[in-house]
Amino acid sequence: MKKFFEKVASNETVAGYVFLLPNFIGFLAFTLIPVFASLGLSFVDWDLFSPPKFVGFANFVNLLGFHRDAGALIANDPNFWNYLYNTVYMMLGIPFCIAGSLILALAINQKLKGIVFFRTVLFLPTVCSGVALLILWKWVYNPDYGMLNAVLTKLFSVMHLAIRPPEWLLDPRWAKPALIIMGIWGAVGGTSMILYLAALQGVPRELYEAAEIDGANNWRKFWAVTVPFISPTTFFVTITSIIGGFQGGFMAAYIMTNGGPAGSTTTLDFYIYQNAYTWFKMGYAASISWFLFLVIFIVTLINWRFGGKLVHY
Amino acid sequence: MNTISSNKKIKTKSNKQTVLSKAISYILLSLVGFTMLIPLLFMLSTSLKDPSSVLEFPPRWIPNPIRWDNYPAAWHAVPIWTYYMNSIFVAVCVTLGQVFTSALSAYAFARLQFPGRDKLFFGYLATMMIPGSVTMIPVFILCKMLGLVDTYWALILPGMFSAMGTFLLRQFFMSLPRELEDAAKIDGCTLFGIFWRVVLPLSKPALATLATFTFMGSWGSFLWPLVIINDEALKTLPIGLAGFLGMHSSDWTLLMAGTVLALVPVIVVFVFNQRFFVEGLQMGAVKG
Repeated sequence: MKKFFEKVASNETVAGYVFLLPNFIGFLAFTLIPVFASLGLSFVDWDLFSPPKFVGFANFVNLLGFHRDAGALIANDPNFWNYLYNTVYMMLGIPFCIAGSLILALAINQKLKGIVFFRTVLFLPTVCSGVALLILWKWVYNPDYGMLNAVLTKLFSVMHLAIRPPEWLLDPRWAKPALIIMGIWGAVGGTSMILYLAALQGVPRELYEAAEIDGANNWRKFWAVTVPFISPTTFFVTITSIIGGFQGGFMAAYIMTNGGPAGSTTTLDFYIYQNAYTWFKMGYAASISWFLFLVIFIVTLINWRFGGKLVHY
Repeated sequence: MNTISSNKKIKTKSNKQTVLSKAISYILLSLVGFTMLIPLLFMLSTSLKDPSSVLEFPPRWIPNPIRWDNYPAAWHAVPIWTYYMNSIFVAVCVTLGQVFTSALSAYAFARLQFPGRDKLFFGYLATMMIPGSVTMIPVFILCKMLGLVDTYWALILPGMFSAMGTFLLRQFFMSLPRELEDAAKIDGCTLFGIFWRVVLPLSKPALATLATFTFMGSWGSFLWPLVIINDEALKTLPIGLAGFLGMHSSDWTLLMAGTVLALVPVIVVFVFNQRFFVEGLQMGAVKG
């Protein structure tokens, strides 16, 4: 009996499946099957109370399609296009964030005294991230008593400018920029900066010395040596930021603005939430999530093709 | 002769540039560091204010009078201790489960041969690109139908399995030298023995990094606990705070005291372990 057990325990095939089993069961139950279930859901109408009703492509048509009304072309779901616009708009902060992270990483890489202190302070927003910070920023952005407008009002009066600071989260024109600024604050000293730091420390000294001998100044050295060498990191950070950007925006919308004002901070992520868990339109919510997946897939593919050419290895 | 003097020229030129870049770096880091800290200081300042002095404009930075009793008030306004305990319990369970199941499956993918191995791994990889909102809806429906709403199972189980953990650990295992494992095999060790006694101890940094990120991910998890938990006794910290905001939406001194209570332990843990966090990330970056 012991010999049989030993044989089994040393058999790679059996061991392979046994080792894989715990993770695979979870993978099956919470990832693989739900993916197909979700696809199926997008073809039905279901509110969890009455039985589901098969509707074919109706959800997708309602989401993405247009119809004519008195001669004019009207979107079936005008809110959707607005929210898609919001989602893409929110990603405007990404280049600033990446550039900022790189600049900070360059500064930290200078081997200054007290570097650990700076690195810790810059990473704080990333560590604290979450509801607590969102509540704090809601207060910071308070138009009447919040920190930001207090500072701005003082600044404007010192500069003798007769303008009032914006109402931020209460103004449809300023709500998204407000969230973008908060997003940059929260991410610029975080993971991207650390990844860039690791990449910078991997650039061989000889390349810089060779450039110096050729008479390059710091500016030239940066563009000719540093940027190409860290391009894999830039590529990775860009792709993950874009993927994250498409999927995000729920927490900020839920905690700070409830998607407003006038739907200006509702991203697709929040719209999916509303459809699934507020209005119980499970089928429609599933179809939005599949559209999102498709967009992410295509954008990532494009990034891979074109970005891949710009990356040096 | 000429080379020596031109070397000297390069050295002094680059010394000047280095001093300049160091100075610029200090200024930049100080400014940005200040920007990171200022909202946190504002939070602290508001948390110690009397509710009436919140409505002052421009706001005072140092409150007068200092209301320390905002803190006990916040502590009693919502069950923050319960939220903390729930978050810790869920995060620990999820982390242990994830690290263990990911390590096992990563070892299988990295070192063991079995039919369908590569196809299966490709399946894992493919699902990593799928946004969470796609899978969350069916899992929600499943939990509802199984009566798992408002249970710890619902909070822990879905988070315990991740393709990402398997992927990261597989990368790491594949980078380990095979000799040690081969030696153990020759000594008659079972495959599980090799895994447990040779590979795992060597993988402490990777396991620690995975554990840290899994823990952080579970701690900050918001959407899933929000939809699956309604019972106050099971709420995790983020959800509890959101409810706190909803109930006391304009009581800013109370809210700020609450957020300080929520953030201080996290900040303290981070500051004392920050090398761990940062170097884990850097190590992950290099290996990945």
